[in-house]
Amino acid sequence: MTAVEIELSGIDKVFPTPEGDIHALATTSLSINAGEFLVLLGSSGCGKTTLLRLIAGLVRPTNGQIRIGGRDLWPGKSRNRQAIQDMGIVFQEANLFPWLTIEKNISLPLSLKGASKSVLRETTRRLTKLVGIEGFERRWPRELSGGMRQRAAIARALSYDPQILLMDEPFGALDAMTRESMNLELQRIWMATQRTVVLVTHSIAEAVFLADRIVLLSPRPGRIDTVIDVPFERERDVRLQTSGEFQKIIRLLRDRLEHA
Amino acid sequence: MVHGVSETPSRGGEKPRKRLLMPWTACSTILLLAIFLGAWEAYVRFFGVSSLILPPPSAVVGGLIVMVGETETWNHVWVTVYETVLGFFFATVIGISLGAVLGKILWLEKTLNPFIIATQVVPKVALVPLFVVWFGFGPSSKVIVSAVLAFFPIFTNTLLGVKSVDTGHREVMRSLNASRWHTFWRLELPSALPYVLTGMEIGVVLAIIGAVVGEYLGGNAGLGHMAVAAMNAYQTNQLFAVIILLTGLGFSFYVTITALRRLIVPWHESVFVNRDQG
Ligand SMILES: Nc1ncnc2c1ncn2[C@@H]1O[C@H](COP(=O)(O)OP(=O)(O)OP(=O)(O)O)[C@@H](O)[C@H]1O
Ligand SMILES: [Mg+2]
Repeated sequence: MTAVEIELSGIDKVFPTPEGDIHALATTSLSINAGEFLVLLGSSGCGKTTLLRLIAGLVRPTNGQIRIGGRDLWPGKSRNRQAIQDMGIVFQEANLFPWLTIEKNISLPLSLKGASKSVLRETTRRLTKLVGIEGFERRWPRELSGGMRQRAAIARALSYDPQILLMDEPFGALDAMTRESMNLELQRIWMATQRTVVLVTHSIAEAVFLADRIVLLSPRPGRIDTVIDVPFERERDVRLQTSGEFQKIIRLLRDRLEHA
Repeated sequence: MVHGVSETPSRGGEKPRKRLLMPWTACSTILLLAIFLGAWEAYVRFFGVSSLILPPPSAVVGGLIVMVGETETWNHVWVTVYETVLGFFFATVIGISLGAVLGKILWLEKTLNPFIIATQVVPKVALVPLFVVWFGFGPSSKVIVSAVLAFFPIFTNTLLGVKSVDTGHREVMRSLNASRWHTFWRLELPSALPYVLTGMEIGVVLAIIGAVVGEYLGGNAGLGHMAVAAMNAYQTNQLFAVIILLTGLGFSFYVTITALRRLIVPWHESVFVNRDQG
């Protein structure tokens, strides 16, 4: 029924270092459907960021093949630019440009694509409101708190409405309340736009609340430990978190994480 | 002491603190200068030092006042300014372009590196007589000396700046499929600018030195020539006056570049920290 958007087959990633090779990811195969909300869960250092960077074409797999929307990501020596043209990334660090104001940072992707001034202004107005940093448009990134910078980075990734959204612990620096409202907001955006989302998180509850499917990674070397389908109907409500079924999945994941 | 403290602090109360501190530092600077000059004057008078060797500050100020009153002096100042500005301009243009290009093209940098290091360590002032022979006693030889001296800090800092672009920032541009031109213009250049400005701050001081050394060794114009002329006429107090003029000149050039820093990279730590911490 649904098309496969991201396909990893037999992926290995080895980082050679002077102290010896680091096997960050071992023989990983994974298919992510178009419109799916997939969450990567796992302990620190188990290769979540590496997996995301592989999908984004920022690092090259040592072995295996990656296809994005049917296109081979590494057909030759260099990465296939077309394969990643419709992809937005929220990095683990906000990675805002310190020489651009928040507003200019958010509109950077669109301005690279040559959008008009009025489009840029309209987009930043909409997005700063969406992520809750309106009033800070003219500030330098360093004048914002860590969580606000992270929200600006989310706005930057959303600004050009990419088909695939990769998010590396986007809410890690936020307080519980803001985090909850950002989760709801993300679910709403995802439902309205039917984009493919791959999100990395440390929070089991966040994973269960947001995901269609959770991929649990185990460390050293990183590999897929368990894949869990999350059956809850959309649109999910915060009250869902107190239900027995929700708690059951959380317990299951916690068990697996302890074993891994 | 507390004059100038406004009731409504703008931007998080940084200003009042700064205004309180400024007069105090200014006072102590002036006090220190007064003590220094007083001690100098006293030393010369008390020990009867020959004014040929060390003129008292009063004689220096006298010489300076006479000098400032003569249009001849201002012609010399103008010549030195002209040579410095032109030399600094060439150094900036060539230093930034070459630094940017070599920072981007790794094999070229590797190939040229031994030559660059060699030209760095060669005592360039020793080459000045050669430049005079090649380019004559006019201003052009001074412009070249000035440019050669100012070039290296600007070049090396630009090179360093282009090469120290943050990996995370690079990945943002890469994930956006940014072209080489966009990556240069929107990422590498702005991120290198603080380095470039540091190079220019060092460079502008060297540019003046280059011009003055050139004037020492040849020609009959500029503050460097004035200094030599004063020496030859045994007018040590005038030599000191020339040095004061040169210091003033150097100071105004330096202040200009520092102002440029505030204008061009207002986002950078070097500007920010000063503002936040008074
Ligand atoms: N560029 C690199 N060079 C060498 N080793 C690397 C590199 N990137 C990642 N690694 C290694 O690969 C492993 C997985 O790292 P990764 O960043 O993917 O972990 P993670 O699951 O995202 O962890 P966290 O939750 O702490 O962000 C780690 O052991 C790390 O040291
Ligand atoms: Mg990570």
